[in-house]
Amino acid sequence: MSTTNWKLWEVFLRSKNGLSHKHVGSLHAPDSNMAIKNARDVYTRRSEGISIWVVPSEEITASSPDEKEALFTPSDDKVYRHPTFYDIPDDVQHM
Amino acid sequence: MGTNVSLEDKFQSYVDAEKKVEPKNWMPEKYRRTLIRQISQHAHSEIIGMQPEANWITRAPSLRAKLILLAKVQDEAGHGLYLYSSAETLGEPRDKMIADLQSGKAKYSSIFNYPTPSWADMGTIGWLVDGAAIQNQVMLTRTSYGPYARAMVKICKEESFHQRQGYEVVMKLTQGTPEQIEMAQESLNRWWWPSLMMFGPSDDNSPNSEQSMLWKIKRKSNDTLRQEFVDKTVPQAEYLGLTIPDKDLVWNESRGHYDFGDINWDEFYQVVKGNGPCNKERIAHHVKAHEDGAWVREAANAFAEKQAKRKNKEASAA
Ligand SMILES: [Fe+2]
Ligand SMILES: [Fe+2]
Ligand SMILES: [Fe+2]
Repeated sequence: MSTTNWKLWEVFLRSKNGLSHKHVGSLHAPDSNMAIKNARDVYTRRSEGISIWVVPSEEITASSPDEKEALFTPSDDKVYRHPTFYDIPDDVQHM
Repeated sequence: MGTNVSLEDKFQSYVDAEKKVEPKNWMPEKYRRTLIRQISQHAHSEIIGMQPEANWITRAPSLRAKLILLAKVQDEAGHGLYLYSSAETLGEPRDKMIADLQSGKAKYSSIFNYPTPSWADMGTIGWLVDGAAIQNQVMLTRTSYGPYARAMVKICKEESFHQRQGYEVVMKLTQGTPEQIEMAQESLNRWWWPSLMMFGPSDDNSPNSEQSMLWKIKRKSNDTLRQEFVDKTVPQAEYLGLTIPDKDLVWNESRGHYDFGDINWDEFYQVVKGNGPCNKERIAHHVKAHEDGAWVREAANAFAEKQAKRKNKEASAA
């Protein structure tokens, strides 16, 4: 293993219980344990997180921006999925 | 060529609509190159910027001062790492950025090529150098490239501590003995002009600025940022009872800004070219630290390999 080409890891932090992990950036490390330790030093110097996930960047499959339309427009014309689509008289309460 | 033009036009109207560019979006090659240069240069500045301050860690005048300085320098390492990671999203390998820094191909902020002979410099750097950096970085939180903007948000949150701790160091000196007051003034005398140079050449000598503004990488010109910095800093110096070393500095009522004297651009270009007081020392130290750390990287690799082997063995035994 080369000393220079350490794997790239994406770092996700949960800032407190009840919230999802959120992507904060990336870093290089030789393995997942050291990636966690580095992430602690780099991304949580001011108690920004209580839980860290590290994922090898190469393991992430991303949707392509070119396919954005094919992927996301089908839901654009389904306005009936939103509550505001329905006209309910003001007299009806708790809805 | 025809399709090329329309892609670039599309990109421009996308950026004009204040939408962020993310790593996988199409972008003009020149936009990508400009960002790689700017972000890596910014990262290098954070990393090299640790050296002038690290100079005083072992000699800080109190345990409190030492803890603060250590935390500040450690933050700068963190800033460098956030920025390298955002430059990597543009496809630039980390190793290449480091090699370019060490070979002198890549630049970093000239300010870090000045020496720190006095404890007062730890105050002046936080106050002025981090102050000038904040001026620039607050603008960059709204830059058009998403990963760069996000790194800036995180950095700006931390910079405010840097500036305040620096101002406190200077303030303590100005409340001290005549010798201490003199230390603070002498340090301000050395750092004032290099701090103004941090914003880069004046607008009429900054050929790339226009394109960067068009792409919303930058949102304010060098001279605008410099003026904002002067306007904010002069009253801070007055509060301390220190004198800014510029005989032309005067409040201009009609402009609503301070007028200030001419910057010595010869000095600026000399330092950029590598002839500043500490250019060679800074790079030599970076190379040495990198080489001295080789055994740590090797040990980390050996450890990782061992762990992986153990895991494999356990998996096949099970
Ligand atoms: Fe910084
Ligand atoms: Fe900075
Ligand atoms: Fe800083």
